[in-house]
Amino acid sequence: MIASLLAQAWTAPTIDWHAIAPELVLVVGINLVLLVDLWLDEAKKWAMATITGLVLLGAVVPVVTLAVLGGDVRDAIFDGRYVIDEYALILKALFLLVGYVVVLLSQNELEEGGYYQGEFYVLLLVSVLGMVMMSSSRDLMSIFVALELLSIPAYMMAAWRKRDPRSNEAGAKYYLLGVFASAVLLYGMSFLYGTTGTTKLTDIGVALSGELSAMQILAVVFVLAGFAFKISAVPFHTWAPDTYEGAPTPVTAFLSVASKAAGFVALLTVLYLGLYGADEVHSPMIWAMAALTMTVGNVVALRQTNIVRMLAYSSVSQGGFILMPLAVMSTTAAESALRAVVIYLLIYAFSNLGAFAVIIAVSRSTRSGEISSFGGLMSYAPGLGVLMTIFLASLAGIPPLGIWIAKLQAFRALIDAGSTSAYVLAIIAAVNTVIAAGYYMRVLRQIWMSPVPDGDTTPIRPPSSVWLALGITAGGTVVLGILPSLVLRFADLPDLTGALGR
Amino acid sequence: MYAVNFLILGALLFSLGVFGVIARRNAVMVLMSIELILNAVNVNLIAFAMMNNSAEGHVFALYVIAVAAAEVGVGLAMVLMIYRNRRSIALDELSAMKG
Repeated sequence: MIASLLAQAWTAPTIDWHAIAPELVLVVGINLVLLVDLWLDEAKKWAMATITGLVLLGAVVPVVTLAVLGGDVRDAIFDGRYVIDEYALILKALFLLVGYVVVLLSQNELEEGGYYQGEFYVLLLVSVLGMVMMSSSRDLMSIFVALELLSIPAYMMAAWRKRDPRSNEAGAKYYLLGVFASAVLLYGMSFLYGTTGTTKLTDIGVALSGELSAMQILAVVFVLAGFAFKISAVPFHTWAPDTYEGAPTPVTAFLSVASKAAGFVALLTVLYLGLYGADEVHSPMIWAMAALTMTVGNVVALRQTNIVRMLAYSSVSQGGFILMPLAVMSTTAAESALRAVVIYLLIYAFSNLGAFAVIIAVSRSTRSGEISSFGGLMSYAPGLGVLMTIFLASLAGIPPLGIWIAKLQAFRALIDAGSTSAYVLAIIAAVNTVIAAGYYMRVLRQIWMSPVPDGDTTPIRPPSSVWLALGITAGGTVVLGILPSLVLRFADLPDLTGALGR
Repeated sequence: MYAVNFLILGALLFSLGVFGVIARRNAVMVLMSIELILNAVNVNLIAFAMMNNSAEGHVFALYVIAVAAAEVGVGLAMVLMIYRNRRSIALDELSAMKG
């Protein structure tokens, strides 16, 4: 038996090493950071952040070379279940950059809090690896593995302040609801696999056309509910505010940007490639979730006094705007919807990370998370005040800053769809844009007009790493807003929709 | 034996698990309920793999088992951490943040 097996000629499958180089760099980097941390002196732990940053930037290099070189072979490695196309590369670059900014933000927080540093960076890298894999996954199995790879480290990072009961609570809530959501998602996936006979998304898409069976409808509903938890869409959002408030602020920034974006990427891929035939099931669900998400997020954000909690609800409501184009995913507007979501994810990442960077810089000296602690920021820290104005105005969607162009694209997708329900959703979104401006402006009024709450006007000196993070995010917000053609051309690449293979 | 028997078993396990997650306040019981859901998924996957005569379901089930182990590892660590801080693992007492 064994002899006959050994006698068979075996040729190794050809592996395109260049195509999976970003993932390989990250895997090597994770082990490197883990080992270096073992042997590094306690006094030299600051080097861990530098090494982690270099690993993340090192992983960007093959992403760039892949994007520049192009090529057809790599589109279909692993039987088309793991695809490296323009869509995947853009998102990979986004996740790596977000990871880098989060490293810059966490460095001082970890050092001053006396928390474990090496382990934190390892978990951060693992989570980023999961996201990078997610953008290439085109199969239920790889999507599931990538989702868990990015979530499990995030659970631990949310509970990083071990002695702080609020951080415990944040981690526990995130963990329990996250695991429950993946279990529900898996149950849906098992039905999807059972009724179509395959886990490859493009094949599922072919098999799901025509009349749907009851089991298939159930499968779509469960899959959608599972993803809705990950992207904190109402009514599955209850974990988000508590987790965001209790977790260390850099982790909150990471969760509200990268983890959420990864959830959207997974949802987008599954809907666009696999479930387009089931649109009469998921379109109304997504429509309702989008409308509810932006409205509930906004209305509750209006009465928050803690700025992190306010931004948590604001990110819930921004999620509603990102979800909005997905409601018209299966009509003729599918391609403009896809483009709108990718652009929104890119620009939202810059603005939201930037807002969190300012909060981290300010709360280092005020030791408070209340909105009132931002009173009179302009009088003693004009730089941070102006930056916060830029980020919040961008989040509110005021031209010419970042998110206005993303919102415009989202509205355009709805107009392209041209159905009555799409127009109604567009009107709900327009009303919500105005409500959202209300609470962003409240913070800005504190910064520009209110007096300093305790009269303490010592200038704030954020560490240089935070300044670098602020520079990257502010640059992204302003440049993408003023020169939207940059990101639009990016997303206009025919490959973005073409190479997804539908 | 019909495939539907396994699917009914899976559905029962799933419902039991969801009930446990919603109704139990002990963190360890909730973890066990989540395990029940994951095992419902495994039963489903194997039944469908036999039905469709493909190997993908078996592979998927192996992945689910491996990932479930990792998840429970993290979960139990988190339960221990909460127990050390509060001397209790009742989930409804975790309510410091509201609004």
